[in-house]
Amino acid sequence: MTMTATQTTSALGGVVRRREDPALIQGRGKYVDDIAPVGTLHVAFARSPYANARINSIDTTAAKNAEGVAAVYTHEDVAHLGDLIAQVVVAKARPLLANGMVKHVGEAVAMVVAESPALARDAAELIDVDYEPLPAVIDLKEAAADEKKVHDGISNVVVAWEAGPFGDPDGIAQTRQTIADAKALDDTVTVSIEAVNQRLIPVPIEPRSVLAEWNLGYGRFEVYSSTQIPHALAGAIGKTFDVPSNQVRVVAPEVGGGFGCKLNVYNDEILTCFAARELGRPVKWTETRREAPSSTIHGRGWVATATVVGTKDGEILGYELEAIADMGAYEQNFTAAIPFLGLFVGSGQYKFPTYWKATCVLTNTMTTDAYRGAGRPEAAYYLERVIDAYAREIGVDPVVVRKKNFLDKFDEAVVSPIGFALDTGDYATNLDKLVEVADYEGLKAERDKARAEGRHVGIGVSTYCEVCGFAPTGLSELGFSWATYGLPAGFSGSGLVRVNPDATVTVVIGTGPTGQGHQTTWAQIVSDRLGIPVGRIRVMHGDTNDSPMGIGTFGSRSAAVDGSATYEAAGRVAEKARAIAAHLLEASAEDIELDADGAHVAGSPDSSVAWGDIASAAYLPYKLADAGLEGGLEASVIFDPPNATWPFGAHLAMVEVDVDTGNVKLLRYITVDDCGNVINPMIVAGQVHGGVTQGIGQAMFEDAIYDSDGNMLTASLFDYPIPGASDLPSYELHSTVTPTNVNPMGVKGIGEAGTIGSAQTVVNAVVDALSPLGVKHIDMPLRPKRVWAAIQEARG
Amino acid sequence: MTVNGRSVSADVEPRTLLLHFIRDHLRHTGTHVGCETGYCGACTIHVDGKAVKSCTMLAVQADGANITTIEGMASNGELHPVQEGFWERHGLQCGFCTPGMIMSASALLADNNNPSEDEIRHGIEGNLCRCTGYHNIVRAVEYAGAKMRGEEPPPPDWERGDR
Amino acid sequence: MYPRQFDYVAPTSLDEALSALGEDSKVMAGGMSLLPLMKMRLFSPGLIVDIGRIGGLDGVVDNGDHIEIGALVRHATTASNDLVAQHAAALATAASLTGDVQVRNRGTTCGALAHADVAADQTAAAIACGAVMVARSASGTREIPASEFFVDSLTSALNPEEILTSIRIPKAGPGEGSAYDKLGRRGGHSDYAVAGAAAWVKKSNGSIEDARIGVTGVGTRATLAQGVAEALIGTDGSDEAIKAAAERAVEGVTVLEDLYGSEEYKTHLAKVFTARAIKAALAAT
Repeated sequence: MTMTATQTTSALGGVVRRREDPALIQGRGKYVDDIAPVGTLHVAFARSPYANARINSIDTTAAKNAEGVAAVYTHEDVAHLGDLIAQVVVAKARPLLANGMVKHVGEAVAMVVAESPALARDAAELIDVDYEPLPAVIDLKEAAADEKKVHDGISNVVVAWEAGPFGDPDGIAQTRQTIADAKALDDTVTVSIEAVNQRLIPVPIEPRSVLAEWNLGYGRFEVYSSTQIPHALAGAIGKTFDVPSNQVRVVAPEVGGGFGCKLNVYNDEILTCFAARELGRPVKWTETRREAPSSTIHGRGWVATATVVGTKDGEILGYELEAIADMGAYEQNFTAAIPFLGLFVGSGQYKFPTYWKATCVLTNTMTTDAYRGAGRPEAAYYLERVIDAYAREIGVDPVVVRKKNFLDKFDEAVVSPIGFALDTGDYATNLDKLVEVADYEGLKAERDKARAEGRHVGIGVSTYCEVCGFAPTGLSELGFSWATYGLPAGFSGSGLVRVNPDATVTVVIGTGPTGQGHQTTWAQIVSDRLGIPVGRIRVMHGDTNDSPMGIGTFGSRSAAVDGSATYEAAGRVAEKARAIAAHLLEASAEDIELDADGAHVAGSPDSSVAWGDIASAAYLPYKLADAGLEGGLEASVIFDPPNATWPFGAHLAMVEVDVDTGNVKLLRYITVDDCGNVINPMIVAGQVHGGVTQGIGQAMFEDAIYDSDGNMLTASLFDYPIPGASDLPSYELHSTVTPTNVNPMGVKGIGEAGTIGSAQTVVNAVVDALSPLGVKHIDMPLRPKRVWAAIQEARG
Repeated sequence: MTVNGRSVSADVEPRTLLLHFIRDHLRHTGTHVGCETGYCGACTIHVDGKAVKSCTMLAVQADGANITTIEGMASNGELHPVQEGFWERHGLQCGFCTPGMIMSASALLADNNNPSEDEIRHGIEGNLCRCTGYHNIVRAVEYAGAKMRGEEPPPPDWERGDR
Repeated sequence: MYPRQFDYVAPTSLDEALSALGEDSKVMAGGMSLLPLMKMRLFSPGLIVDIGRIGGLDGVVDNGDHIEIGALVRHATTASNDLVAQHAAALATAASLTGDVQVRNRGTTCGALAHADVAADQTAAAIACGAVMVARSASGTREIPASEFFVDSLTSALNPEEILTSIRIPKAGPGEGSAYDKLGRRGGHSDYAVAGAAAWVKKSNGSIEDARIGVTGVGTRATLAQGVAEALIGTDGSDEAIKAAAERAVEGVTVLEDLYGSEEYKTHLAKVFTARAIKAALAAT
């Protein structure tokens, strides 16, 4: 039997091979679509072919009479359930099924439930809908002009997030005046870029899937869903169907990637529950890849003008961003709050005055919401692109310009120009390390040599500061909570640690991982505190039966918040274990040390007691009565840090462009990330690899395209290319470590950092490669056609 | 047909894809459905020793074929070297693409157990992964290749740099 | 993911297959192009005639003055077969750049040609290599030059009751060489061709005696770029001569804009890859 992997002994900070892997590498992981109770019915939706249309009639007769069909539902069947619940709805919530109007291509109009997925699909084709098409609003500037409405009687402008700094309305005018004054000076340079940060389709490789059962006797839902937020889904189901939250069990089993798009409660989840209750049978819906762009949220979708004014030697005197952000036709979970996450880091890691505004508008398209980075990649993109353009304009090395404008190193909170308290930062050291490990000067020499040979090689750098580890619960006042789902919870973390009578450990956490390896990382945290080896620690997550409270996994928050809760809980258990051991050894608790075997008196290894004896004593309270100790060896902690965390980093890309075809080849990609202390370096590196790749995907390949009538042109992977293995180089990863002071482990978060730092790094590199030809900007994705067109334009 | 060494037979509709036959009839759910255009490769299996996308093959076309799925890769409690490589080198995160990726990588190494990085990357270009950026998948295949050649695998990244 | 209902036959002889074909039927070999369309319900034939169990169609055969590639020869075989490499290098390259490993293991060269996708690779190579398409029906056999085989988007010269049983490619003689190159949709060689070109040249005494160029990806079909060959023949094959000839790459072609390129860009790419293919073909002589 060789089913073991290499392990190191160090718990916190050491490489531990993942405990999730043995099942997954043998095809034994259970994802929602792998679960098939006897008698399961299957769902298919009839969807709108129009971006905006009135529904004159829906004829479901043929579908209802088709082979194997159990039911067909339209809006009137579910009207009593109301609209889809979402956390932040300013303008327009999504109807569960289209209510007399359709507002984007692919909107669900009718739902078929049948004996097999194929029969459901067959019957859905028989639904006859009479539509009266209406003009669609697709273009963002047209939407912002607000003349043609997406919804009658509702402004297209949902909200405008404006700050300079945030929370100081009077400061905005002053900041704008400061920037205007700087622009008016003779010896300053003003550089603007108008750029699109294009709409993206998340594409987790597992399509979403939901399986619902209704237990008539108990009045209880049991639901399996491919979600990052099982607790919020349970809350939404409970609230929609007026079922107490403790009678809704939601399980997120193995989830095949999420990247934010599974951080949402969807109408298909509610509708599947509805059908299960109506029909008294298990009901399952599994998204097809081609319907995903209509059923699962998109990300990004901004157009903005970014402006920098500065001196001729690289001192930046002000930065302005004016953006329009696409919300789609309906608001879902956090839709309009996503650009606000960009505002958090509107001034990045810099010290100059910043004015920042994002106007959120409705269009006749699929809803946008959180996609890896969620607002922060957009914010970093504009800031770091325009700084690069400014550096190029004044002829100063972009690295020098950045360093010149960084905030100084700080280890106590510092308020950024945009108005938020950053936890800790040391940006210059981080960038210096990139310059060193990449041999930046050597690379520049290599680039210049290539140029002399007529090749078009470029180097791009970007730094970034992001915000993650969401918490604290005070943010609930800004809408960052699950309050509308009936869970009056801000984004705190939960962790329960229990040493069982046989000296194994059960850990229950409130996260909803989609590949981040929590079963491994959390075992390391607990092992570090208790001394009990990782192999005896079982970590459970994603089942609302196990844990009463869970916020889910998103916003690079799990380790910093739920991890800290678990760290604290394990600390309390350790304390209790020491007290029990002290009692059993007749020693003082302060002198007890825990290890893999049990506890011993410091300096006296022979005076020891095994974990089994500590644990069994814990469950025989009479043995502890003398010491005034209660039975049990467990603790549960809700952790609410005083601040979010603010990771940062610096990335470098080297590219070569074939100017005859516009083809871009990514030659090298080097990162120096700082996510504070690291629990498992192997897992952190994996997060950087994946994050960077999604940023490269945006920079080079991906583009969710609607035509001017609102038709989705990129619904299949034929037309929505995500990066493949042969498109990418191996990455070179490095780090600096600046621990946060807002949690006990000093960890910040790394899930999104790679994405936030990378798209503009690649664009900066391509612009650098083509700068000798006069190219100043190219919009993403840098498909060969765009690169070639930019070269032609620059050449005149 | 023979699946993982066992003979199986059933009557199916012509439209039943081999993928659905394996998942729904045989209940081998390690073979995954990730797209419908034959792009993602999550459904990759071996048909008569060759890597094939089971979503782009009818079950009836496989009549009489010898099929291996991810469930058939480990034998006698021993992982296939590629499975071991994925575990050792963190070649997976969410795990959804992983079975297909392992099937493609093992077919690649069966033909050439000492591929270059470029050959590995082209050998798995029919399999999409959204989590790993392929970096550690390449390392996993390199590990497995070394094992299959009877050599010591190259050290992991985290023993070479500072991350 | 679930095709509409259809009937299915898997005959073991060509005659049986030919007699099964009719207006609402479709021949399937590897199914790599057909099944995705059926799963998306963009195409739903009433009858699938699976030719995969017919014997004798899976070989690459030396027939004296030409090689013959059977209907069931997979892309992987075309890409690695010695006879193809020797006599139709452009086709071997195009096959090696078709799809991905799994697609090349199942899909067939003849199937890809019959499918006539505007962005396919092997279509251009078949034209450049002077392939002759052998179409069989119950009433007889037709031979169709590759240059006349691709009619429109997803439309070949085959009738519904015909099967492309093989293609024949003249053997390469002294001074002859061919090559294929393209830009893929994800850049480099990845994915379908945004534009691609195959060239076959015959050189003697330092000048180009004969040439055929096939262009794919840019119009509604793969085409023979007759003008390029005319301009090239008689020249010394210098870079200047190639560049000038390549200017005629899309003569007579209606270049179509798509998500991957404007008309102007695709026209330009066709010229670039025509020149690159000619250069590579000359290098291979």
